[in-house]
Amino acid sequence: MTIAVRHTWFMVGRQLRNLMREPIWIALLLVQPMVWLLLYGQLFKRVTNLPGGGFGTSSYITFLAPAIVIMNSFFGATWSGMAMISDLDRDVLPRFLATPVSRISLVVSQIVRSALIAVVQGVIILVVSLALGVRVHTGLFGWVVILAAAALMNSAFAGLSQGIALLVRKEATMIAIANFIGLPLFFLSSTLISIRQVPHWMQIAAKFNPVNWGVIAARQVVLRGTEWGSVGLHLALLFGLSVATAAFATWTFRAYQRTI
Amino acid sequence: MDAIVVEGLRKRYGAVRALDGVGFRVHAGELFGLLGPNGAGKSTTVKVLATLTKPDAGRAEVAGHDVVAEANAVRRAIGYVPQSSGVDRDATGRENLMLQGRIQGVGGRALEARVGELLDLLGLTDAADRVVRGYSGGMKRRLDVGLGLVHRPQVLFLDEPTTGLDPEARASMWEELERLAEGEALTILLTTHYMEEADQLADRLAIVSLGRVVVEGTPEELKRSLRGEAVEVELSDGRAAEAEGVVAALEDVLEASFEGRRLRSRVASGARAIPSILSALEAKGIGVEAVTSHRPSLDDVYLHYTGREFAAEDEAGGREDGSAAER
Repeated sequence: MTIAVRHTWFMVGRQLRNLMREPIWIALLLVQPMVWLLLYGQLFKRVTNLPGGGFGTSSYITFLAPAIVIMNSFFGATWSGMAMISDLDRDVLPRFLATPVSRISLVVSQIVRSALIAVVQGVIILVVSLALGVRVHTGLFGWVVILAAAALMNSAFAGLSQGIALLVRKEATMIAIANFIGLPLFFLSSTLISIRQVPHWMQIAAKFNPVNWGVIAARQVVLRGTEWGSVGLHLALLFGLSVATAAFATWTFRAYQRTI
Repeated sequence: MDAIVVEGLRKRYGAVRALDGVGFRVHAGELFGLLGPNGAGKSTTVKVLATLTKPDAGRAEVAGHDVVAEANAVRRAIGYVPQSSGVDRDATGRENLMLQGRIQGVGGRALEARVGELLDLLGLTDAADRVVRGYSGGMKRRLDVGLGLVHRPQVLFLDEPTTGLDPEARASMWEELERLAEGEALTILLTTHYMEEADQLADRLAIVSLGRVVVEGTPEELKRSLRGEAVEVELSDGRAAEAEGVVAALEDVLEASFEGRRLRSRVASGARAIPSILSALEAKGIGVEAVTSHRPSLDDVYLHYTGREFAAEDEAGGREDGSAAER
């Protein structure tokens, strides 16, 4: 176990070092979340005035900010398998497999790297939100909850993305699948708009949508009247999903090993 | 003691039979060559020995450990330099080596010192902190070798270490490998489809064809096993089949075969055989363009043991290897 943790740490270090060497990537990682926040924040500014309400606040940016943290984390996760495909394409994995490296660390490190980046981006979004006047109702602990929700959201889908990457092993297919999964789940959630404002069937669908679980948990701590039971439940659901998708990714890794 | 023991390995990839009972032994400290065309099963053999894939049948031991039952012990004892470079191109040479060392359980100052030493040995010190993407093919290949050596393994596998290198880079890689083989108490298994490479580097070698070892020995033994000299006659017209019959019937000729307009024969003595070959052909009115004679090369050894010409099979065999290598 300690070996697996050490090796995961080495592998995460490798990926982050490589990432930090690409200035364009750092810029994109920092700017992209803010574009989401400012663009959507302005575009739908008046939406809180809709009859029927359900926003819990008259400030749309306050409603939106925690959900943007989740959304950003979710989309980042759907793409995280690309790094695995690049390692497969360049035969980095076979080289590692001829060493005593912990097999599970090769998969888990990809998920951890993806979740770490999501958390860093989450911090940036929250700091900018603070400057835009968003106040987290439950204070510092609320911040921690939002970042935890972002991390769990990310690992849940990063596990799925790694698994798909190991199954398809082709960039183009990976991109198609990421889009196919990403956009519907995003629009079937209450990220941009109060759940009370969407058609009934969408409300039902949202209940089973992991993206919405994350949005609910993160938003509850920002707005007044936080239901901690609901926050805990949705975080637990995301945790369960993370375990399941990590297991899926590990299983696909074994399948890949059999093809060498 | 034998560093590598291979017995009756079999392995299929779908319909392709990659290994068909391959077996050989490598003594500790020697440089052993696996020579054969693409698709002969060299890479698959190395993948089994490096614990990347499991054989369907047969067994293999590396550094005293079974490759299936004690895979992790094998992995600690070996360095594996795959046919296609496995370096992380987005990292620096030094970072690649440090990571490889860490996952092999070396760490701290010992690792830093070892990495510095290897970079020196491989002539990569100046490029050590540059990203590998900018390395030349030869530099990348030397880094690959370094990755295999960082934890001071007992056995090093080099799968086609010079394929794709220009002649200059190949020559310098040969020098590196010769130095490695002399220095540390290292057993090296090298696969190659270059005759001259096996001839120059290997202490002993096995010729592999269609997933099986056809002959094993030192390059000298193999060449000596073919007595006499090789004589090649280039004919000026297409009567090669007839010419083969004429030449094969001569007393001085041990064996003869033709391919296109080229007649290859093995003779006890070139000085005696060449005049009689030429006069026999002339008597039949078969025109001769050129005659060459040389001591048997590994090429002739290969031809003798497999009945096929090396270069010709290389092209046909490429297809098989391609399908086996596909993921």
